Amino acid sequence: MQRSTALFLLLALFCLPFADLSLSSLDPWHELGRMGQGFALPQWPGWSLWLNASLTTLAFALQGVVLGAVLGFVLALAYGSAYCRLFCAFLRSIHELFWALLLIQMLGVSPLAGVLALAIPYAGTFAKIYGELYEEVNPAARRAVGGPTLSNFFYTVLPQAWSAMKGYTSYRFECGLRSAAVLGFVGLPTLGVHLEAALRQGFYAEAAAWFYSLLLLIVSFRLWLRSRLLIVWCVAAVLWLPPVAQLDWTLLWQFIAVDLLPLPLRDAEVSWAIWLGPLLTDQALPGLVNTLILASLALCLTGIFALLAFPMVSPLISALPVRTVGHGLLVLFRSAPEYFLTFIGLLLFGPSLLPALLALTLHNGAIVAFVVGQASSNLKLRLDAVGGMNRYVFEVMPRSFRHFFAFTLYRLEIIMRETAVLGMLGIPTLGFFIDSAFSEFRFDRALVLLLVTAALNMGVDAAARALRLRLHLRGLAEQL
Amino acid sequence: MADVLFRFTDHSLAVAQQDVLRDINLTIARGERVALLGESGVGKSTLLAALRAQLPDVVAWCPQETGLVPNLSVLHNVYMGRLHAHPWWKNLWRLWRPGAQITDEIAELLHPLGLLEFMHRPVESLSGGQQQRCNIARALYQRRPIFMGDEPVSALDEHQSESLLAQICEQHETVILALHDVGLARRHCTRLIGLRAGRIALDSVPEAAMPPDLGDLYTSDLAKL
Repeated sequence: MQRSTALFLLLALFCLPFADLSLSSLDPWHELGRMGQGFALPQWPGWSLWLNASLTTLAFALQGVVLGAVLGFVLALAYGSAYCRLFCAFLRSIHELFWALLLIQMLGVSPLAGVLALAIPYAGTFAKIYGELYEEVNPAARRAVGGPTLSNFFYTVLPQAWSAMKGYTSYRFECGLRSAAVLGFVGLPTLGVHLEAALRQGFYAEAAAWFYSLLLLIVSFRLWLRSRLLIVWCVAAVLWLPPVAQLDWTLLWQFIAVDLLPLPLRDAEVSWAIWLGPLLTDQALPGLVNTLILASLALCLTGIFALLAFPMVSPLISALPVRTVGHGLLVLFRSAPEYFLTFIGLLLFGPSLLPALLALTLHNGAIVAFVVGQASSNLKLRLDAVGGMNRYVFEVMPRSFRHFFAFTLYRLEIIMRETAVLGMLGIPTLGFFIDSAFSEFRFDRALVLLLVTAALNMGVDAAARALRLRLHLRGLAEQL
Repeated sequence: MADVLFRFTDHSLAVAQQDVLRDINLTIARGERVALLGESGVGKSTLLAALRAQLPDVVAWCPQETGLVPNLSVLHNVYMGRLHAHPWWKNLWRLWRPGAQITDEIAELLHPLGLLEFMHRPVESLSGGQQQRCNIARALYQRRPIFMGDEPVSALDEHQSESLLAQICEQHETVILALHDVGLARRHCTRLIGLRAGRIALDSVPEAAMPPDLGDLYTSDLAKL
């Protein structure tokens, strides 16, 4: 584990000189001051507008997550098959924002497009987590009962995995809320659409109100989204936002059968070399390199941030007042999606990898710090254990390192996906080229770039899984 | 009396709101080598922890549950005994590079304990007996005047137990041990304290403690019926 840590650090150091981390904004402090002022004195929108956007965000998240969970549950039944695992890995290797771009082309800016954009990648993730939970269930009961496979599963495996599945699904709803908000950045009518508009125009007081609304939803949902009331909430969500779309079959057919096809197949004049060559060398390759550079830097900074921040919320080290402030800060960064943080960073610092790096670090670091801090409260120290900094360095940090490493490694897959998608904000990762291809209506190119992104994410996914198995870290990070 | 280190007067000790020891009267003076005897669960560990709490800064502590950090090396776990003696930034650096002086010091200590070859191995890769020796090494490294050990040699063989207890007694002015081996207690200690049913049932020099008294300590009420 120490060796792997050192390798990750070396990789990041190697990437550092190639990363454009310049500060091109002339006066970030001025803008930061205005932003701070806005966030200190939020300006709330009218009730009906606020309620409308909040309920729509909730409805998207609920429908997307529930549909994703149901699909994931079905897929997980076949998780023993390598084909199924590959299929699920593919579904989740494409970020929900990319799915949204694709689906909006097919279904228009419609509720159905938004719900599916969430449900499809979430199904891939749910299938993976559920499938792995099934594998970890004690097999004795299954062997003892025998009988038809499916009945056996419902009586022996499912009951044992159920509570962990519920816990994970609930956590996933938090992600769903964030994702639903971010879908607003591509035009779906959630909180994000207002947030983006306000930020773009520099109305920080209004933006703050929308951000606090998202925070409120994320912090409070565990109080009111009880599993017994889930059906009621789902019905309400479907009534509020019927998942439908105005389908134009000819346009849909045109998109799938013509627009997505590589140009050389449609136009004999264009050769494969001319079409594919520049696409790969000028877009896919630089996008890939930038994505990898940013992700490996973000991974190391996330780890460092988490290591420095988790003592703040660990009862072994910090007193209650410090822990309370620490929790507040971590919840703030945890609730703010990377996409939103990057957007703010770009406004402050101007275009470079720096805002994205900071955003990825703060968001993911806060999540890792929170979990490691929580886990450290279960450690039992000796009566004569030292206090203060020595306690952190010698007692708590070494004992927590395994957990920390497992969680951070698990975040790698998420950081990778997010890094690619942050390109849509203008930084030159893969998402930038995908977004450009979409806005130029070159869907065949967008598809190639999407497949490159998917391949990258699936590769990283597989590598991280192999490393986890090698270091015997399985099962530690599944709760994230 | 200046030489009294620990004193309990009509003191009761509780674990989880339940009295384990009631109305204890006990003084322990500088230079004594005390063995706490009694059945498991009678309150030896509780008494020991309460004694330590009176003078935490001069007690070299060797608990039964070693509480070593599993993924740190033997060297670092031993070094941890003296963390308080150095500034934190030096400790932080030594986590990475312990330096020749510290390494030599600890190697010298580990050699007679048979742990020298394991010095750079993580504690989790050691056997139970080796971990127990590492635990003792850590307490010895603290170089404090009072040694308190809770069954410090329970996982070691007879020969090792004898020589280690001898070393512990030689290097510390005052020694307080919870032991289940009466023979070891007789040979190494100057005072035997027996606990039974929440009270001190025996308190004497080893020569005066007769086998019937000692035997009583290990006979529960149930067996008497």
